[in-house]
Amino acid sequence: MLEIKNLHVQLEEEDKQILKGVDLTVEPGTVHAIMGPNGSGKSTLSYVLAGRDGYEVTEGTATLDGESLLDMEPEERAAAGLFLAFQYPVEIPGVGNMTFLRTAVNAQRKARGEEELSAADFLKLVRERAKALKIDADMLKRPVNVGFSGGEKKRNEILQMAMLEPKMCILDETDSGLDVDAMKLVSDGVNALRDAGRGFLVITHYQRLLDHIKPDVVHIMAKGRIIKTGGPELALEVETNGYADILNEVA
Amino acid sequence: MAVPERKAQEALEARLAGLVLPEGGCLDKPRKEALARLTEMGLPQRRDEYWRFTRPDTLIQPEPLPARVFDNDEVPVFSSIDRLKIVFVDGVFDPEASDDLELEGVRIDRIADICDKDIHWAKDLYGVLEERGQHPVARPLAALNTAFARDGLAIHVTRTPSKPISLVYVHASETSDAILHHIIRVEPEAELTLLENGPAAARFNKCIEVDIADGGKLHHVRAQGRDHERRAVTHMFSRLGARSVYKSFTLTVNGVMTRNEQIVEFTGDDALAHVAGACLGDGDFHHDDTVFVTHDALNCESRQVFKKVLKNGAVGVFQGKILVNQKAQKTDGYQISQSLLLDGDSQFLAKPELEIYADDVACSHGSTSGAIDEESLFYLRSRGVPEKDATNLLTLAFLAEAVDEIEDPKLAEDLLERLEAWLARRS
Ligand SMILES: Nc1ncnc2c1ncn2[C@@H]1O[C@H](COP(=O)(O)OP(=O)(O)OP(=O)(O)O)[C@@H](O)[C@H]1O
Ligand SMILES: [Mg+2]
Repeated sequence: MLEIKNLHVQLEEEDKQILKGVDLTVEPGTVHAIMGPNGSGKSTLSYVLAGRDGYEVTEGTATLDGESLLDMEPEERAAAGLFLAFQYPVEIPGVGNMTFLRTAVNAQRKARGEEELSAADFLKLVRERAKALKIDADMLKRPVNVGFSGGEKKRNEILQMAMLEPKMCILDETDSGLDVDAMKLVSDGVNALRDAGRGFLVITHYQRLLDHIKPDVVHIMAKGRIIKTGGPELALEVETNGYADILNEVA
Repeated sequence: MAVPERKAQEALEARLAGLVLPEGGCLDKPRKEALARLTEMGLPQRRDEYWRFTRPDTLIQPEPLPARVFDNDEVPVFSSIDRLKIVFVDGVFDPEASDDLELEGVRIDRIADICDKDIHWAKDLYGVLEERGQHPVARPLAALNTAFARDGLAIHVTRTPSKPISLVYVHASETSDAILHHIIRVEPEAELTLLENGPAAARFNKCIEVDIADGGKLHHVRAQGRDHERRAVTHMFSRLGARSVYKSFTLTVNGVMTRNEQIVEFTGDDALAHVAGACLGDGDFHHDDTVFVTHDALNCESRQVFKKVLKNGAVGVFQGKILVNQKAQKTDGYQISQSLLLDGDSQFLAKPELEIYADDVACSHGSTSGAIDEESLFYLRSRGVPEKDATNLLTLAFLAEAVDEIEDPKLAEDLLERLEAWLARRS
């Protein structure tokens, strides 16, 4: 489903190489986790896949179901089924959360040639999904993420994911800033979406999230590369020993 | 007042040559006085400090430039509001198209009829606030209006009516040059909502004098649009008694040259004035909001909120001043002017000013100019919203903060819908 090959990325503004040949394939129905030291390039990878400005791909490819993501506009990638839950969700004053969700859902439907959801159907759906994530009516009415707590913002990301039902979900440190209960809500939200056709790429620093969302594959990223790939036990190893051993082993 | 320079005098002579001063009647005196003021001031010139950002040429030249009459089948704003509708075609009252001028709690006359009907309050107001508003800054086009306006309404609100008064302007002739002057008196504890919309004429000079007695309230909501070639100068002079409320909001789209002046004077304690505006300019568009608020009483609150969205070379101007006199302690003055520049060709020129002579006041002002926030734009796009729609959504959000100043949610919503439709059409 998601296939990244030899991806090299540098910053547009300065001559700084951040991703130095990333190879990664996520098959449908699987959950992949990426762990790795701060600054290793995890968020950069997720931004490049989502189509954020400021990065230049100097080598390599990234495709979703065979289609090159890198040639698409961000909205086209979304319509193609890619979703990124941001490490730092953006606040948008003046745009109501509900308006935002409805606009996004219908824009994607339109792009895919599907009919827009009626106001009533949309409302029903959003209420149901929001309830599962304990997002109350007030949070739906307020401007997008404005004044939301860190954990509320993360839950709001998962609500968007639940509404958009993407094929390929990338979660960038969605667990950071969550309390124990919120972690459970978010994980349940993610698990509810797990099915044979959908892939997940979960970026995290902690095993705790992976206790809830059981990964099939765990990757370790360091200095712009995937340096080790293994099963769930790799995350446990990081949890107990840190990165030192793995980094040494590869060096 | 300084002796006007030769050019200003020449411009005035040329302009006056095409105008006829209405003679006789009880407004004879205020008209002649206004003409005397005007003669002393001369017409605004490009080098006048107060016209530094806006070229007065097309507003003062003897004949207006022709302007095409707008035509489409879109339903005008406020159409769905229960209102008393009063229509002016090219600046002339149209009784056929208007509702009967009957509204409980309100008396409405044409200014032409004031003298016959011996309406004292009107005689005491016509030209009076305009004259007060000439200091410390000259506003010659308002004096010209007082002198030469032949039509307009005298609205006397003694009790709160059941519905708004809605002034609807209609532009019919491509060369019309309309001068309208309305006066409004709101008696103690009464409340009026005044709506204005529609293109008025090829060139439009409008003046409204608003006198709000203690505890009175006036809500003013205006939509300028549907005339791409509009050239208009408008003045609103308002005097606020104790505990009174004055809220004015203007939505402006299109128009090649628009200058809206708001002159607010607090004369009674504990009063409140909010003036706000949202404007959208695309291409050949120049819009100027000039506001002058004078605090001359205790514990009054003034608030100015102006937002402008500009693209394709459009120009927005904001000149806003808060003057707090020595006795106006406990004044709360706020002013914000912001522009959203959708490209590098457009310009926002702002001159915010505070002049404070009282020591116990809280006044603040700010002015910003910026582009669409890239982070927000990417966030929206990453959720599948196309760039164009995302830009419109953010633009609307920017303007909504000014539209929010309107107290009546139904009116605010009506205007927001217009804005949304306009943005969708234009992008
Ligand atoms: N726009 C930028 N300007 C300068 N440096 C950048 C920029 N974007 C990323 N970097 C740098 O690239 C490196 C990788 O950053 P990235 O955010 O991808 O790391 P990360 O693995 O997500 O880290 P963390 O675990 O702390 O979230 C860092 O050294 C970072 O400072
Ligand atoms: Mg990161």
